[in-house]
Amino acid sequence: MANKLLVEAIRKGTVIDHIPAGQGIKILKQLHLVDGNEKITVGFNLPSQEIGLKDLIKVENRIFTESEANELSLFAPSATINVIDNYVVKDKFTMSTPKTLEGVFDCPNSNCISLHEPVTSYFKVSKKHESIYLKCKYCEKTFSKDIVAGL
Amino acid sequence: MANPLFQQNIISISDLTREQMELIVRTAERLKCEPPPPLLKNKVVASCFFEASTRTRLSFETAILRLGGTHIGFDNDANTSLARKGESLADSVKVISSYTDAFVIRHPREGSARLASEFTSVPVINGGDGANQHPTQTLLDLFTIFECQGKLDELNIAFVGDLKYGRTVHSLAQACSLFKCRFFFISPEALAMPDYILEELDEKGIEYQVSQSIEDVINDVDIVYMTRVQKERFDETEYKHMASKYILTAEMLKDVRKNLKILHPLPRVDEITVDVDKTPYAYYFEQAQNGIYARQALLALVLNETL
Repeated sequence: MANKLLVEAIRKGTVIDHIPAGQGIKILKQLHLVDGNEKITVGFNLPSQEIGLKDLIKVENRIFTESEANELSLFAPSATINVIDNYVVKDKFTMSTPKTLEGVFDCPNSNCISLHEPVTSYFKVSKKHESIYLKCKYCEKTFSKDIVAGL
Repeated sequence: MANPLFQQNIISISDLTREQMELIVRTAERLKCEPPPPLLKNKVVASCFFEASTRTRLSFETAILRLGGTHIGFDNDANTSLARKGESLADSVKVISSYTDAFVIRHPREGSARLASEFTSVPVINGGDGANQHPTQTLLDLFTIFECQGKLDELNIAFVGDLKYGRTVHSLAQACSLFKCRFFFISPEALAMPDYILEELDEKGIEYQVSQSIEDVINDVDIVYMTRVQKERFDETEYKHMASKYILTAEMLKDVRKNLKILHPLPRVDEITVDVDKTPYAYYFEQAQNGIYARQALLALVLNETL
């Protein structure tokens, strides 16, 4: 019981679990989770057997889209997403770093044509020395994920 | 069998394989030796230069005319629907390319050639997109190196000057790394080769050396690729002190290898003194002329299934 987390269960929505400690606040910001009116429960620095300390986010009445899940995977590739319906886990999936990201972030290069024409952004995602980089298909510039995500 | 570049876009040097580059170089060599065959007969090529260019535009248009083709287009976008009526580049490309068999584009924004290729079914050739790519310059450089050295493999190549902002040196280093060349980088610290290029070379196991002066390496190299250190990147005192280190003079060529050739994408200002022009090592004007043959080769390959 000592290790049991006392966080209120949600009837319908999404639970993002196993977020590495410190990343939860970035996810809240990136996915604009606090902008809406839905009830959000967050837990920071919670004990985790797998990763030591973790963050956790519960969002009521919201099911994550694939593109939101892709965004999420950049901040917390080890996180799990639990889709809850009627207090039951209806779907559960683990994040993995996507190979490409389409239409999620704008290219940070102000002279990139993708910012000025009717096209969606497109990045190739790569991992080097445990850091994630995004290369714009158009201007061919490579950026660290934090620069692209505007963090 | 169709040549592998038939109906292909030429957007970025990183899209090309070593074999494709060799095919372009060999085709350029052939076209330079023979009277130009009418390989673009009945073909209309769009030559759309959304920003000023002298050598690239004129050599493209000469290449088209020499091979029996015709071109339509403009040399700046001041009188186009883009500038005057706010039309998107995507729409302009769709319309103009529907009149033509290929689309040559230069544009000040990075990625514009890639974008153009998504809005047309005719082959797009990138004539320079902002600070990003200028693949036809790299291909004419490769052809020139091949022509003056008889090979592309395992050459010692020195890059001198502005290695940070110069797209030509980035692309040429990337291209030559496919041929296991060895590089010497000579630049002011503030204009050094970007880390991402050095990392790419490390990953490929390519040997390179960063040197402080031209004299340190000039007797050991086959090619010196000069670029201009732009005044506006430094304050005046700093520029005067530093720029003299990156000027090549005839005096420095006394003990160089016999096969040494000096290249420069041009225009030069004072980074190669005019006394170098008379030495057997100067090859930058031939290089500029080769722009026609390299561009002829590209156009011929993308517009002819077999050659």
